[in-house]
Amino acid sequence: MQERLQEKLNILADSAKYDVSCSSSGSDRKNTGKGLGNASASGICHTYTEDGRCVSLLKILLTNHCIFDCAYCVSRKSNDIKRAAFTVQEVVDLTIGFYRRNYIEGLFLSSGIFKDADTTMERLVRVAKKLRTEHRFNGYIHLKTIPGASDELMREAGLYADRLSVNIELPTERGLKLLAPDKTFTSMEKPMGFISNTITALDDTRKLMLSTPKFAPAGQSTQVIVGATDESDHEIIQTADRFYRGFQLKRVYYSGYVPVLADNRLPSLSTQVPLLRENRLYQADWLMRFYGFGAHEILDSGQPYLDLDIDPKFGWALRNLHLFPLDINKSDYEMILRVPGIGVRSAQKIIAARRFKSLGWENLRKLGISLNRARYFIVCKDRALETKQYTPETLRHLVLSAGNSKFSDLWGTQTSLFG
Amino acid sequence: MIWLLYDGSFEGMLTVVFETYEYKWKELHIRKEGITVPLLFTETKTVVTDEEKAKRVWKKLLDLIGSKGVQTVWAAWLSEKESIEDTILGVIRYAIDSKQNVLSDFAHPDVLQLQQTAKSVGREKHRMEAFVRFQLTKDGIYFSVINPDFNVLPLILPHFRDRYADQLWFIFDSRRSYGIYYDLEKAVFVDFIPNSLLSANGVSKEAFGEDEDLFQELWSDYFKSTNIQGRKNTKLHIQHVPKRYWKYLVEKKS
Repeated sequence: MQERLQEKLNILADSAKYDVSCSSSGSDRKNTGKGLGNASASGICHTYTEDGRCVSLLKILLTNHCIFDCAYCVSRKSNDIKRAAFTVQEVVDLTIGFYRRNYIEGLFLSSGIFKDADTTMERLVRVAKKLRTEHRFNGYIHLKTIPGASDELMREAGLYADRLSVNIELPTERGLKLLAPDKTFTSMEKPMGFISNTITALDDTRKLMLSTPKFAPAGQSTQVIVGATDESDHEIIQTADRFYRGFQLKRVYYSGYVPVLADNRLPSLSTQVPLLRENRLYQADWLMRFYGFGAHEILDSGQPYLDLDIDPKFGWALRNLHLFPLDINKSDYEMILRVPGIGVRSAQKIIAARRFKSLGWENLRKLGISLNRARYFIVCKDRALETKQYTPETLRHLVLSAGNSKFSDLWGTQTSLFG
Repeated sequence: MIWLLYDGSFEGMLTVVFETYEYKWKELHIRKEGITVPLLFTETKTVVTDEEKAKRVWKKLLDLIGSKGVQTVWAAWLSEKESIEDTILGVIRYAIDSKQNVLSDFAHPDVLQLQQTAKSVGREKHRMEAFVRFQLTKDGIYFSVINPDFNVLPLILPHFRDRYADQLWFIFDSRRSYGIYYDLEKAVFVDFIPNSLLSANGVSKEAFGEDEDLFQELWSDYFKSTNIQGRKNTKLHIQHVPKRYWKYLVEKKS
């Protein structure tokens, strides 16, 4: 019995791990009436995998039996692997046992599609319902929504879960056609639209009636696989931007394709995971969500790929040298945010500290600003360190030769996927 | 130069701050009693903790730097760094002289030092909230031993009290020999470990129930299964989970 449970956990955790989301943030669910647990608004990573990813939730599939045959997925029906399925009670017991020992923030439950969408979705909802009502569990619950499930089940899911997600997986219709013939863009976007509309509708009701129930308080997210098909970074960022604006998504996750299956539609099994490209996409995503950049400022059809050697903010600054240098003691917050080497926290500190006195290089260095990049784009109280006029090419070279990229020794030169 | 010594309590330090104004001491260092001070040519004085004086300083501070500000001061003090009291006094003097909330003046050396120290303490607090691993005893107590770099038990208490409201739990700081015990009603500081948990060589293995081993094994298995070999990145892993924390972690023990 115990061995069987261990085996199930191994199989169903192993097949869930390619879903990169492990976020437990964004919900402020309280522990009411001395139940168990609460949600931490900023989330907590209780450990990290050896590949450096945050482990915040117990992330498992209810089952890896699946009627779909998506080429990129280990659980596809034509793949010859061990199959397993948890009972509702087993998932509940594991979650509670782990949670009480402070291993996790909660549960991220997904599933292969067995029988049909409604049956699968109903089973996922049942786990969440049992946790919330029978165990008075207020920890974080992330449920995967199954495209094609009824509105009624989706609504119920949102009442118990903190976050819902639908993974689009492939950023374009042609990618889906090639690798996931059972899915269409429309069928994936329908639940996203439903969740988004329900959140907005309940928010409106809440303004009039405070007792309106919470619906997925941590919002919804999705994931796109990078490097399984031939989409450009520009297409990926366009899709992400559309999701952020169209469906108010909290997060789009980018998952560098890990070659797990031999299939002539996919990159070969010896292909490296495109970690650097994935990292640059996340940086671009951050620029859109926290730095006030528009998608069109990061990439366009003339430049469809992100520069792997330099981060996208530095790239943008090199294309816009006419806007620099900025006076760090006078410029707006919005512009300071755009200086390479200055992050959100540093920008806020600059704004706060300069109310007391004009800032010099030493102050900036102690605030934690990466001057080896920032110094070419700003002036401050002290005489300018750099007064020369640089071309984008020299600046790029100067910065690159000054600092060793943290990636250079780690992954070597990345092989280009499509020649 | 005078060395002012206090009993190591937060109220004690605030009393010293009060008396530096009362007696107009200008050149001074503040240290906890028991810390070695230079013997030659130094004057030392032990300040007796006075609740009234401490309260007046606290109220003044609340006025000047707000509740977020005094939280920062308190967190920095919990670092137990040897000269943190001098830094705190520097900040208080600066706040009193300039009559404004100076905690965002990151270009002031004492403010910066205070903020950076408070940040390190905050990071350790967060790590303890993440890395505490409870083991369930036969008596039904979720038990954990930690020895954090800074004295963060007072800072993590609200988090654990709010979260684990329906289970008995006990977190013991072995470096500072005290802990927090939650009895389903309230969380209190205690300076002992319950006898049932002790054996000749530390914490008793006998104290834990059968399920405990099973859950630890399941968790270690889960940790292994969730790793993606093709993405291995040891440097990043260690950056997130520095080796000195591994001793807490069930999944890093094998």
